[in-house]
Amino acid sequence: MIRVVLPAHLRALARISGEVELDVTGPVTQCAVLDALEARYPTLCGTIRDHDGGARRAFIRFFACEQDLSHQDPHTPLPEPVTRGAEPYLIVAAMAGG
Amino acid sequence: MSGVRVLVGTRKGAFVLSADGKRERWEVSGPHFAGWEIYHVKGSPADPDRLYASQCSSWSGQVIQRSDDGGATWEPVGNKFTYDGVPGTHQWYDGTPHPWEFERVWHLEPALDDPDTVYAGVEDAGLFRSADGGQNWEELAGLRGHGSGPSWQPGAGGMCLHTIILDPSRPGRMFAAISAAGAFRSDDSGQSWTPVNRGLQSGGIPDPDAEVGHCVHRLAMHPSRPEVLYMQKHWDVMRSDDAGESWHEVSGNLPTDFGFPIDVHAHEPDTIYVVPITSDAEHFPPEGKLRVYRSRTGGDEWEPLTRGLPQQHCYVNVLRDAMAVDSLDSCGVYFGTTGGQVYSSPDAGDTWAPIVRDLPAVLSVEVQTLP
Repeated sequence: MIRVVLPAHLRALARISGEVELDVTGPVTQCAVLDALEARYPTLCGTIRDHDGGARRAFIRFFACEQDLSHQDPHTPLPEPVTRGAEPYLIVAAMAGG
Repeated sequence: MSGVRVLVGTRKGAFVLSADGKRERWEVSGPHFAGWEIYHVKGSPADPDRLYASQCSSWSGQVIQRSDDGGATWEPVGNKFTYDGVPGTHQWYDGTPHPWEFERVWHLEPALDDPDTVYAGVEDAGLFRSADGGQNWEELAGLRGHGSGPSWQPGAGGMCLHTIILDPSRPGRMFAAISAAGAFRSDDSGQSWTPVNRGLQSGGIPDPDAEVGHCVHRLAMHPSRPEVLYMQKHWDVMRSDDAGESWHEVSGNLPTDFGFPIDVHAHEPDTIYVVPITSDAEHFPPEGKLRVYRSRTGGDEWEPLTRGLPQQHCYVNVLRDAMAVDSLDSCGVYFGTTGGQVYSSPDAGDTWAPIVRDLPAVLSVEVQTLP
């Protein structure tokens, strides 16, 4: 079970309260977690990464275990504590704008 | 009893303002989609309970919302806007080629006869259509693919397709306007397009006779006389009597002919409204006086409408999609400001009163006349 924390504006959009818990089959990578998240909440498609190609949106960042994973290859396995649900995978909206 | 529903898009959410036919007491619902920019909300002429909203943010891009109960509840629908084929380039501000990139939906125009069909005008300028209630979007690429496309340049607010007008008397005819490319007309339901900018004069563009390159801010049409179009251009208020084939200036005695919105009285095709703004550098009313100007002669002769509007220290702007009229017997006129006020006039502009004073900056105002 993978725990995912979304920023408030995306929780509101997808009508989620609290953390999301996902079952991910196969290697637990950022891409696999986001695929599973979008499959459960299609409304989130295009709001975290592009529809075409899957590039991360510029003002969205990914963190886990106090590491910034935003620039990692999305097919890199996530840290072990994330894969066993001990730590959440954090999707963060950059503090920018006014 | 008949009533009205005013649909307001703001920088931080959408609001629905409702009143009976007297338009004196208002109920305010919102913010819907709090924190998001709502560029436009519009209802279907074929089903007034069907609404579409363009919701976006710099963080999470574009979302389209749909309501089937007049804005009480909403459901996100499709948000995938992919340009047809290889998008190519348009000109950037400095004249260099720039790839066509989807940014946001500026304007949603539901079809006149089918609540599931809706058109979307987007930045970078393009026209999309959905025939399934907004779930799936397909580009009408004949517009962007018009031969002039690579020479289009953005206006200061981006290269947006901000106006879509459907001709009620001639199926298949539609108009679109793009800043800063100009006005375009299609006679085959959006498959192919013709620039309709003859007669526009735009200082600063290299070729005064260029078929594109004009910063059209807004078009308006009265449904009973669809061959007559009105235009608020960057500078100049213009009129066409031949569906855009030619234009002539009708700025007349306006204190300034710079502005954004233009609209037509619901029952008087020669009565039109604009909100003059000081200049392209000073986006606020002249002398700090918020004045709507009305012409009852189809242009040229204008009168200021001031009763109930602030006549000192007012430095707001009224954006291009932020004016609308209802179709009650006594035509109501509405507009929203960048200062967060939405004003209503139940008597065709003679008197005004704020419905709300303190919303976020208003991006768009539409009104539905309800049975």
